[in-house]
Amino acid sequence: MIVTILYYILSAYVAFIILWNLIKSKKWQDELLYIIILIPFILRVLRLK
Amino acid sequence: MKNRKIHIIRKIVFLIFGLLLVIFAGISFYKSRHMKEPVVLSPGVKKVKTLSQYFPGIKGTINDSHVYILEGKKQGGTILVLGGTHPEEPAGRLAAWIFTENAVLEQGRLLIILSANRSGSTVTRLGGAYPPDYTIPTTWGGQKFRMGDRWSNPLDQWPDPEVYIHYPSKQELAYVDIRNLNRTFPGRPNGTLTEKTGFAITQLIRKESVNIVIDLHEAELQYPVISTIVSHERGQDLAAMASMMISGTEDFQIGMENSPPELHGLSHREIGDHTNAISLLLESPEPMLDACRGKTNRKLLLEGKDEFLVKAYKHGLLFEKIDKNGWSIEKRVGRHTSTILQISELWTADHPDRGVIINNIPSYAEVVNKGVGAYLRNPAKVSPERLRWE
Repeated sequence: MIVTILYYILSAYVAFIILWNLIKSKKWQDELLYIIILIPFILRVLRLK
Repeated sequence: MKNRKIHIIRKIVFLIFGLLLVIFAGISFYKSRHMKEPVVLSPGVKKVKTLSQYFPGIKGTINDSHVYILEGKKQGGTILVLGGTHPEEPAGRLAAWIFTENAVLEQGRLLIILSANRSGSTVTRLGGAYPPDYTIPTTWGGQKFRMGDRWSNPLDQWPDPEVYIHYPSKQELAYVDIRNLNRTFPGRPNGTLTEKTGFAITQLIRKESVNIVIDLHEAELQYPVISTIVSHERGQDLAAMASMMISGTEDFQIGMENSPPELHGLSHREIGDHTNAISLLLESPEPMLDACRGKTNRKLLLEGKDEFLVKAYKHGLLFEKIDKNGWSIEKRVGRHTSTILQISELWTADHPDRGVIINNIPSYAEVVNKGVGAYLRNPAKVSPERLRWE
């Protein structure tokens, strides 16, 4: 159970890092890529699968 | 300054786009996970229990599944039918559904679990492009079922370990199989959700003094264990007789194989080793599971026709034949209903005092001729107390 919670925290942290990179990015190709890879992390944090 | 504004607007547009994708995917996943399947209780169903009544450790979890108990007037033995051990093998669940909605017992008891691993029925295989559900046509409009997966939903059990050590054999198995109910028998009371589910079923078998457990499955045509009854040592005579009788009297062939003593976690091995029950596992052919299949959709699931598999068969790459007629859901479900009936008849003939006589269940030929939907009952036409939801 503790490991599961840690994994959810890790997923939220990775989602935050991706979002931060999206804000900092200057290239539209990178921004689009960040959006796409962000989706599974958000869905997992929201417990939707 | 102008450039900065453009950048911000672009990021907002991308974020809205991403948010829309999350909403659409999220709604689809949510609906799939929470879809309810109706079960109209046959007049033979006398009680409906839950797995937590046999092992309280599973109470409140998604796998606290229903146990349908059918009883005959005459005392006899007890058979347990497991559907949905691997929910992505739908013929197993559908055959069990037909028994729950139609069977009337003359002697003995029949226990049925439709969603042995209910968690696994709420998700589909990652990267498999499986449809989330399918509909069996009926005269009253059709009944929708969840497609499901081989493994428990990661929402209920996650993450997987680096190595899965099976309990109690200590055999090292594939890491992902810690979420595979048919690799976690006999289960562990303080283990993962899937291990607890296996333990709850094992406890049920012990407490209800089950004589025979029949675990319903389907297999890919590239897998050697197919169209067969896999049997624990104590069920070999029964399985061999059933195989011979069916192959001689029905319109299909079924083999018989011995459960390998060194392969742990499977129902046909562990239930036989850890309880007094005879454990049998039935496999019917499911083209949708094959790696070399074509388009993975509801049509393939129901009709079982696939040109790539036909080609693979012509090249000698399969362990079961397939032609342009395919392996329809009717054939696959009918194999299971006829085999269960044959096993119960043979058991009853050998053990009259512990017999289980099951009536009102269609044979293979009847399911093939009339379709699975002919044996599903309309939930809108029954009183709420005769209705359950899976």
